[in-house]
Amino acid sequence: MQGAGPAICLGRDIDTDLIIAGRYLRTKDRSVWAEHVFEDLDPTLAGRIRGSVIVAGRNMGCGSSREQAVVALREAGVVAVVAESFARIFFRNAVNVGLPVVEASVACTDGSRVAFDLDSGWVEVDGMRYPARPLSEKMVAILRAGGLVPYWRSCR
Amino acid sequence: MSTLSEAILGAPAGRYVDREVDIAFAHDGTGVLAHEALREMGVKRLPHPDRLRLVFDHIVPANTGTTATLQAELREYARVSGIALSDAGGGICHQVMSEGVVRPGTILVGADSHSCTLGAFGAFATGVGATDMAAIWASGETWFRVPETIAVNLTGRLSGPAEPKDVALAYVADLGMEGATYRALEFTGDGAATISMDGRLTLSNMAVETGAKTGMFYADPVTVRYLADYGVTASSQVPEDCRYERTVEIDLDDIVPLVAVPHRVDTVREAEEVAGTHLDQVFVGTCTNGRYEDLARFARIVRGKKVAVRTLVFPASRAVLARAIATGVLADIVDAGCVVGSPGCGPCLGAHAGVLGEGEVCLSTANRNFKNRMGVGGEIYLSSVATAAASAITGVITVPEVA
Ligand code: SF4
Repeated sequence: MQGAGPAICLGRDIDTDLIIAGRYLRTKDRSVWAEHVFEDLDPTLAGRIRGSVIVAGRNMGCGSSREQAVVALREAGVVAVVAESFARIFFRNAVNVGLPVVEASVACTDGSRVAFDLDSGWVEVDGMRYPARPLSEKMVAILRAGGLVPYWRSCR
Repeated sequence: MSTLSEAILGAPAGRYVDREVDIAFAHDGTGVLAHEALREMGVKRLPHPDRLRLVFDHIVPANTGTTATLQAELREYARVSGIALSDAGGGICHQVMSEGVVRPGTILVGADSHSCTLGAFGAFATGVGATDMAAIWASGETWFRVPETIAVNLTGRLSGPAEPKDVALAYVADLGMEGATYRALEFTGDGAATISMDGRLTLSNMAVETGAKTGMFYADPVTVRYLADYGVTASSQVPEDCRYERTVEIDLDDIVPLVAVPHRVDTVREAEEVAGTHLDQVFVGTCTNGRYEDLARFARIVRGKKVAVRTLVFPASRAVLARAIATGVLADIVDAGCVVGSPGCGPCLGAHAGVLGEGEVCLSTANRNFKNRMGVGGEIYLSSVATAAASAITGVITVPEVA
């Protein structure tokens, strides 16, 4: 499974409150989350995030288990999230909603072209290749299906 | 020779395993999403409704019509699918599970990050997301990567005004916010035996603040006695000689009142260093420190005095509230001028009761002080109950005196 896009670089310890603030949680309307994604971090991000790859530091997605955070990123059109390490629930959630996550330590600046291949386990930034921590077969299968719900349907 | 996680999951660290879960719960926030996912998955019947729980705790009673409607749908779903529901006022999911539901040696998953709290009983207890939870409800099982384990070895005994929350802040500061990501914590050593069940729950609760999957204590006579009060028969677990990835040593005798300062849980100072910081609100409660022992300790310090700042007290469960009423603890709290809220998460997540205004400063007994968590522009300091009580009386951060 492959993908690519321009990088949006963020720091470390980005918590799920920063991805989508608690005040937007009481709805089932997913477009609301996409609209307000990263609002408390940088209010301009939501408007320019579509088609890009988020590149974060360590402990991406720490904090509350709110799945709305990964849904917001997916709905906002984020292609994948690359990070040095992920908070584990965020990581599981991302796989479950079909948002590719790549654990790798890369050097990058905003706008760098980032490409990744989940099967072979690598990520490239402006042509420079880095190894990525491999996912289990089941995780890749879930991602390829587009998330746990379509995966579940295809298995029954 | 296995760690507790390896023994319960039945495989060595690093292995991926599929396991049936004994208890799986969601709350009013994650439950709505899990229900939605179940609908999308086309799941009609749940194989083991008796193993499932729904607990309404995050925004209860409902704050808006939208919330109320979402909760009404979920309430109806619980009824038709046979899932036991703890409705508004019953208490925080982790606390409700700790009142005789969870058992040592079992696997428990909650659609909430602080599900690691229940590791205090020697269970493998961890948090998952809502879609994960939907698949677990539909199939009865899920996958885990068996974690490596970091030991937090406790020696000595707490003394003076120090309490388990200070120990929790100490190990979070030591490990850092990502120091135990993907790992399990095991609280070991002679010091562990000296900590009450309420205190263990506080320690296990904050494991996720280091990124850990769970924070476990071996079930011992303290656990067995506690569960017996709920009519549950359990036995002690015997630690095996096992391999820990590393060990963090904490001497309980050295622990003093600590405070996590904005906006990171692992930025911890001695309370002494931040003493005098102006406060607009004090909040006592949550799945970290809203238990009976906490309320009783708070009441002992404020009894016969008046709080100098807006002070909110939210019991963690109805059982906690009932006991606080029966023993007079609640009357002391009310007489001191505190606002008492209904059992649940209360102001912890900044969604309803007790939201902070721009620039307001809160001293809270919760587990997270992330930016804007309790309201945009608010600042959160985290402390023990004793520090919160001493500070409520003065209106500034104050080091508690020997209890
Ligand atoms: S009390 Fe706070 S930390 Fe605990 S479950 Fe509720 S919102 Fe989460």
